[in-house]
Amino acid sequence: MKTMQILSGAALAALLGSTAMAQTELTMWYHGAGNQVEADIINQIIADFNASQSDWAVRIESFPQIAYNDSVVAAALAGNLPDILDVDGPVMPNWAWAGYMQPLPLDAAVIADFLPGTKGYWDGQLYSIGLWDAAVALVTRQSTLDALGLRRPTLDAPWTGDEFMAALDAAKASGDYEYAFDAGMAWTGEWYPYAFSPFLQSFGGDIVDRTTYATAEGALNGEAAMAFGEWWQGLFANGYAPGTSQDPAARDNGFIEGRYAFSWNGNWAALGALNTFEDTLFLPAPDFGNGPVIGAASWQFGVSATSAHPDGAAAFIEFALQDEYLAAFSNGIGLIPATATAAAMTENYAPGGPMAVFFDLTAAQALVRPVTPGYVVQAKVFEKALADIANGADVADALDAAVDEINTDITRNGGYGH
Amino acid sequence: MATKLTQSNGAGWAFALPGFGLMVVFIILPFFFAFALSFTNQRLISPNPTAYVGAANYRQLLGVGTITLDPLRDDAGAVQRAADGSPAYPRLREFTRANPDYPQLDGMREWFSFGRGESRTFVLARDVVFMKAIVNTVIFVLVVAPLQGALALGLALLINQRLRGINLFRAIYFMPVVVSIVVVSLLWRFIYSADGGLLNNMLTGLSFGLFTPVDWLGTPSTALGSIIAMSIWQAVGFHMVIWLSGLQTISPTLYEAASIEGATKWQTFRYVTWPGLRNTAVLVLIVITMQAFALFAQIDVMTKGGPLDSTQTIVFQAVDRGYGKQDISGGSAISVILFCIVLTISLIQRYLTRERT
Repeated sequence: MKTMQILSGAALAALLGSTAMAQTELTMWYHGAGNQVEADIINQIIADFNASQSDWAVRIESFPQIAYNDSVVAAALAGNLPDILDVDGPVMPNWAWAGYMQPLPLDAAVIADFLPGTKGYWDGQLYSIGLWDAAVALVTRQSTLDALGLRRPTLDAPWTGDEFMAALDAAKASGDYEYAFDAGMAWTGEWYPYAFSPFLQSFGGDIVDRTTYATAEGALNGEAAMAFGEWWQGLFANGYAPGTSQDPAARDNGFIEGRYAFSWNGNWAALGALNTFEDTLFLPAPDFGNGPVIGAASWQFGVSATSAHPDGAAAFIEFALQDEYLAAFSNGIGLIPATATAAAMTENYAPGGPMAVFFDLTAAQALVRPVTPGYVVQAKVFEKALADIANGADVADALDAAVDEINTDITRNGGYGH
Repeated sequence: MATKLTQSNGAGWAFALPGFGLMVVFIILPFFFAFALSFTNQRLISPNPTAYVGAANYRQLLGVGTITLDPLRDDAGAVQRAADGSPAYPRLREFTRANPDYPQLDGMREWFSFGRGESRTFVLARDVVFMKAIVNTVIFVLVVAPLQGALALGLALLINQRLRGINLFRAIYFMPVVVSIVVVSLLWRFIYSADGGLLNNMLTGLSFGLFTPVDWLGTPSTALGSIIAMSIWQAVGFHMVIWLSGLQTISPTLYEAASIEGATKWQTFRYVTWPGLRNTAVLVLIVITMQAFALFAQIDVMTKGGPLDSTQTIVFQAVDRGYGKQDISGGSAISVILFCIVLTISLIQRYLTRERT
């Protein structure tokens, strides 16, 4: 009996010893299935990390972006979350609040130089960090500005709301364009709050009152929001912009086909425009009175709540934050690198590079979407309100309805933990 | 009640078990879940505990109220008029937003209104979108059920002939059924597109340029009609096949007898074919009605309920709330309401089409 115990104890010790020698496996989920360039970069980072130390071995599983969030929710309900999660910036508070994620144990010095939009804070703690950010600009051509006799706006002196509308008037009056302005109404979903809520914020409103996150009353239906709504409706009612039934193909190609004078579009579409027109300009957002604003935060990395090895997960994330990898992602799929030093290493975002302006835009104008677990619902409510207003709904009623729906949702969720 | 079904029928039950078991697990159990969840505040994602809330979800969905308002008058007592000459009324938001005199209207929105004399009665709903979804779904069913059934019968009669190459036509008519509804919806989005879509181009060509292109899916007045037309076309082949199977069960001797008696084509149809199709007709009608109530994929792909809620439907709302807005309890309540509606209508149809002895 005694010998049995000693023997089994020895066997156990040998077993433990051997696993301690090998690397502990960390699982990671990523949203970019189907994009070969993206997969190559992330696989390279993982291979480098696994070879660089002997404690951890990261294994990746990729999902198509459209199914990614559902997969995470299903896995969380089933208790099957991986160690390292990839999360869309504005969704992170929802997952952190729901207990899917744990704070990311990362030294503050590591991310000190990162663009603000890449850092995912919830409840005062860092939960996620992005290797890149995304930005939106008013895309046009120098020749268009010249032909219409318009001043070229700069970061220091962006167009005012009146100047912007005067520019649209000039473009419309010229008769050279099908529409003066392409807002991108064909891109339903997250594009609406990401791209259009900055207009609302520039007017002085917001999706929800960010001081308390307890109500949208006043923020989304106050005077500023009403002014925004009237302006927004006017874009479509007065024929400046194509409405919600815009053809997705027209959205993708309308600007380079010369059908639109100005296009509100992201850095991911910038290369296409630059390759077509050498004089393509990426102008800062107009200032409607409360400062020029664009959206921020893209996909980020974090640690799942059920991970037994947050230190290992954090070690991998810190490893991935090296400038060379930020630059690799930027060169590969056109994203804005998270640090200025990485930007300097890229083809497009280096100072003087063709898309460097996006880095400056993000640094100067970016504002993250409301940092609240309720954002997931608020984004959908906001999208519907904007679509309805564009289609001619009464502005006050549409915004009131949105406020009521958001407030009901906040109440039903016990204030979302704010 | 000892019947053949329960006595010494082990093999029968064993054969039924795989299908029956799957139905229990994926249809019957989830229904009871939905029923239970609709009385709670269950969320898709939440750290908060689930609590029983009674009928609050149903009150939120189905609450309605009315208010009758007199038009605004200026200092002289004359009725103020809007730009188009209609009388101007006070804004409803003055009554529905935190007005202590009208607590029962708080948070409601205008659904529709009607006027009597100068005053006007506004019908308000707590959830206008859901009310519109119910109305749209009912319209969809009322149009699709008779039209699709009749069209399918017409096609079935056409292809129920012995002609060379008739199988080719059968295949062509049946083809849209085989293609995924998502693909069909995407294709029809292109057909309906205002931006050089096929339908607008065809109508412009046929009318020698007189026709003004219409934004079919982007205009509230045409969006639902466009989806109805496309839905009828897509599923008509399926019901055609059911009619066809019904037609082929009718004995040829009856037709021979009819022709010997000198019956006209119409008389043959009226007194031989139609009575022979009785059970098929009941089946087709019930199947179309149920499928029509479940309208979802076309909406999700083509309009997402817009423009201005003109294509909201019950199932689309259930999914949009349950998953999109993470409100599982609200989505469940919608499912239960839909179940009650469909059950009621099926029972009425059963009663109306019962065998009269």
